[in-house]
Amino acid sequence: MAERRRSVWRPGWRSVATWLFVLLLASTASAAEEGPTVQLLDQGLNTLWVLVAAFLVFFMQAGFGMVEAGFTRAKNACNILTKNFLDYCVACIMFFIAGYAFMFGTGNGFIGWTGFFMSGAENPSSVQPWAFWLFQAAFCGAAATIVAGAMAERMKFPAYLIYTAVVSVVVYPIVGHWIWNSGGWLAKMGFADFAGSTVVHSVGGWISFVGTIVLGARIGKFSPDGRPRVIAGHSIPLASLGVFLLWFGWFGFNPGSTLAVGDGEAISRIAVNTNISACAGAIVAMVAVWVFFGKPDLSMTMNGCLAGLVAITAGCNYVSPAASILIGAISGVVVVAGVALLDRIRVDDPVGAIPVHGMNGLWGTLAVGLWGQKSYGLTNDGLFHGGGLTQLGVQALGTLTVDLFVIAVMGAVFLAIKHTMGLRVSAEEEMRGLDIGEHGMESYAGFQVFTTT
Amino acid sequence: MKLIIAYIQPHKLNDVKRALFKAEVHKMSVTNALGCGAQKGYHESYRGVQFEVNLLKKVRIEIGVNEDFVERTIEAIIDGARTGQLGDGKIFVLDLPECIRIRTGERGGEAIG
Repeated sequence: MAERRRSVWRPGWRSVATWLFVLLLASTASAAEEGPTVQLLDQGLNTLWVLVAAFLVFFMQAGFGMVEAGFTRAKNACNILTKNFLDYCVACIMFFIAGYAFMFGTGNGFIGWTGFFMSGAENPSSVQPWAFWLFQAAFCGAAATIVAGAMAERMKFPAYLIYTAVVSVVVYPIVGHWIWNSGGWLAKMGFADFAGSTVVHSVGGWISFVGTIVLGARIGKFSPDGRPRVIAGHSIPLASLGVFLLWFGWFGFNPGSTLAVGDGEAISRIAVNTNISACAGAIVAMVAVWVFFGKPDLSMTMNGCLAGLVAITAGCNYVSPAASILIGAISGVVVVAGVALLDRIRVDDPVGAIPVHGMNGLWGTLAVGLWGQKSYGLTNDGLFHGGGLTQLGVQALGTLTVDLFVIAVMGAVFLAIKHTMGLRVSAEEEMRGLDIGEHGMESYAGFQVFTTT
Repeated sequence: MKLIIAYIQPHKLNDVKRALFKAEVHKMSVTNALGCGAQKGYHESYRGVQFEVNLLKKVRIEIGVNEDFVERTIEAIIDGARTGQLGDGKIFVLDLPECIRIRTGERGGEAIG
């Protein structure tokens, strides 16, 4: 097309077809009544929005995979990616069978029980039910995959599959029922978690916490006197790619939770809140690491960015962009302090899942009680908008209950697995690499993988 | 002067280093290697097809030592690397006619340190 220069515009068949289509649409629109057509378009637009958001949240799986692979050793890359791959697949199937029913079915304030295998399933949204299901299933997958990173490099693969099934069929849906089902006891109290700082990230983060404690640290992570040793990730470029993928996917995670386009105000503001919190988190984390440890460390900076994203997830609809900067900035401090704290108490978290998702899920949920505004749809104004401590109190109650619930339940599950089939691989397999031990294959066939740890 | 070359299991490197440090041997050179011996290979599979991996990952340590350090270096390496299983590795001792420190130009025993 470029070679031929046209002095006269001769319409090709494509442009003719397009114009015919537009004319047809316009003629039917003017010929029919205003009401049903606009409603149809509205529902179609909202469904499209939710579907695209669902695709973006699914895409975050790639982000998680790359971050986890990048921050762990090459000899375990295949294993971590297989876990990442399978946990999404298992979560979706489990969510289809029973997870959605427990989460969105009618029942009591604790759990739902209608809609197993999606027959007779409730649809609390105004979009097409399958679009809503896909969106929610992607969230379930996101929560499940957080734990893979924290328990990386020493967990048995079958044990991980069992964990995924349990989390996606009961633990995550129950928490979701409390918060995102209008019949849930926390929802009824006015607890606000717009896109899932508690439902997704705290759940993933605090399960990681109890899991890493039951699993134990990697061999060689802590020297005999308790000081942490560096077990470096094998690919900072992959990790960096992963963080960008996650950031991109978050533009579906947060704005998509409106489940409607409306006049576009909410989704635009939410997108900006999401973005700006990430930026603030990254900058503050970088400065903190620079000041306390001497150099601007990229891996901590990226953790800061993710922390900002996690923290804004609860309040993305309820706060202003200015508040988002502050929320993100504080999350940068929380994540750096969190990593140092975990080293101090000898909890080995290779990717920082606990500080990023657990601690900042907690912080982000509380932040709604500080900067949330009634004018944006929150039940009570936050502390800094004249609402006193009411919302903050509800936020604290909700998030702490959820955190303790998941720690207790999954702690029991992990202990059960530990004492039956075993949670951890043998020392020899851990040194040799899980790729060979668990999967019988290498990730980097033909490359010299030279680790001295 | 002797050059000691040791092939050990990769996951024993830290133990060997620790043992060498205790024997006051601080200087060494470490490289990646693939090797085979009495230790059998293992099976891997790729897309459904099994294959035998015969060249296993090893780590090669090279240390230049003065005569009086030879025995304790060998003992330290054995101490750190031995597991009692096939594949522990081997140590070769070669004669080292000359050794030069690049920074100062020293030769011989002093250069080895």
